[in-house]
Amino acid sequence: MKLPIYMDYQATTPVDPRVLDAMLPYFKGEFGNAASRSHPFGWQAEKAVDTAREEIASLIGASPKEIVFTSGSTEAINLAMKGVADMYGAKGKHIVTCESEHKAVLDTAKHLEKEGFEVTYLAPDITGRVTAEAVAEALREDTILVALMWANNEVGTLNPVREIGALCRERGVLFFTDATQAVGKIPVDVEADNIDMLCLSAHKIYGPKGVGCLYVRRRKPRVRLVAQMDGGGHERGMRSGTLNVPGIAGLGKACAICEEELTEEMEREIRLRDLLEEKVTSRLDHVHFNGNREHRLPGCLNLSFPYVEGESLLMGISDVAVSSGSACTSASLEPSHVLRAMAVGDELAHSSIRFGIGRNTTEEEIEHCANQVVEVVKRLRELSPLYEMVLEGIDLSTVNWAGGH
Amino acid sequence: MAYSDKVLDHYNKPRNVGSLDKAKSTVGTGVVGAPECGDVMKLQIEIEGDRIVDAKFKTFGCGSAIASSSLATEWVKGKTLDEALEIRNTQIVQELSLPPVKIHCSVLAEDAIKAAIADVKTKRESDLKKESA
Repeated sequence: MKLPIYMDYQATTPVDPRVLDAMLPYFKGEFGNAASRSHPFGWQAEKAVDTAREEIASLIGASPKEIVFTSGSTEAINLAMKGVADMYGAKGKHIVTCESEHKAVLDTAKHLEKEGFEVTYLAPDITGRVTAEAVAEALREDTILVALMWANNEVGTLNPVREIGALCRERGVLFFTDATQAVGKIPVDVEADNIDMLCLSAHKIYGPKGVGCLYVRRRKPRVRLVAQMDGGGHERGMRSGTLNVPGIAGLGKACAICEEELTEEMEREIRLRDLLEEKVTSRLDHVHFNGNREHRLPGCLNLSFPYVEGESLLMGISDVAVSSGSACTSASLEPSHVLRAMAVGDELAHSSIRFGIGRNTTEEEIEHCANQVVEVVKRLRELSPLYEMVLEGIDLSTVNWAGGH
Repeated sequence: MAYSDKVLDHYNKPRNVGSLDKAKSTVGTGVVGAPECGDVMKLQIEIEGDRIVDAKFKTFGCGSAIASSSLATEWVKGKTLDEALEIRNTQIVQELSLPPVKIHCSVLAEDAIKAAIADVKTKRESDLKKESA
């Protein structure tokens, strides 16, 4: 077993060797510009792009013509939300999203607010889920867009996209879903799930960084977007710029592999995820599960270890690369906005760890990770004045804290 | 974020972890910070006359907070109360090479020392009052 162990698959994934092999020719002899129509170099590149379009479309149940390549999900989110706002702004100025969305969605929504749009930020429930009923209540006559993620990147909770999509369809509102964490991990079907726009990113599904796409529905309804970059009018005029052919070939191959291995890999990751949880919770008291037990990603486990601060925990489990919902890991001193929106309490947010399980995770790695987590949490609790107080029977919520910084 | 060797050393081998009997009149306890802020430090000192003869800590917080409080217990031991009051957070920052985002950890450690000293002084004064009464 190689150390450190990578267990941060929601942050990014390694490129699958099969994906790399699919990309290499387009760095070498077949380097043409997919927009060059007059010679074989261009034709080869165009063919690679067309194949990728089919592979991506097949994974999500779309038509290849509905795929618009971008540099990744952040760009696709900007294009979807700003593109809709620019196109349909005369029809209405209201957008619905959620507090636990990715910053790319929240910051784009804030940008649109400055341009005169009104945004409703729904609060998720304590499991991180937004219900279709909550969306229904938020919809207004002038609502033009609902933007809700499929799977949350921190806690792995899945939103009921099919129901939300059906509701939006019925009310004539466009529905965009950030499916960056969902595509390739769980079944996605833009037809059955009533999706109008969807974004995905290659590097979350064992493809390269710097490439992704936006699915834009062409019929029933036909979604129109105002391009956010001026240029040669590539991608049906929605996204100008010479196509990243090797990256796109890689994204296509990544999707094809995901489609082929989806069911088997889901089962494997669920088994490893549950094994990890069992191995940790059977040996530690006071472990808190963050997320939704029923509606969740296979490869994501978010646990809080009360009375232990997240960053010190990360420092201790140095053999395992994981991510913390605690703030101290970043320059800001705020805990995760997702756990905050879920209202799990700042104390739990400060002590949360996200374990990401993926294609290369082994049972041996799970064992090692669990052992180290248990050992470090026990050690840090020995050090924790809060744990001491709890053992003495003090209710921490009744303590009058002198105030922190 | 990279940690300095000294922070890592204190984190891996924290000095003076534990608790003193807070009911004792010669023990001063300082608890500072709040769980929702991600830092709580408990620092205790035991005095003989005016001198700190023992110190213990427990900290809920990041590695830098643990290191700051561990270092604080090392520094106060053997000092008189007045000498210990002179310890400044900037000295802790310097000793542990704390980055700007971690300065609050050193501030908390200084506050914890002051709170523990104030506590033992209050106890001493009330004892004196009892004796004179």
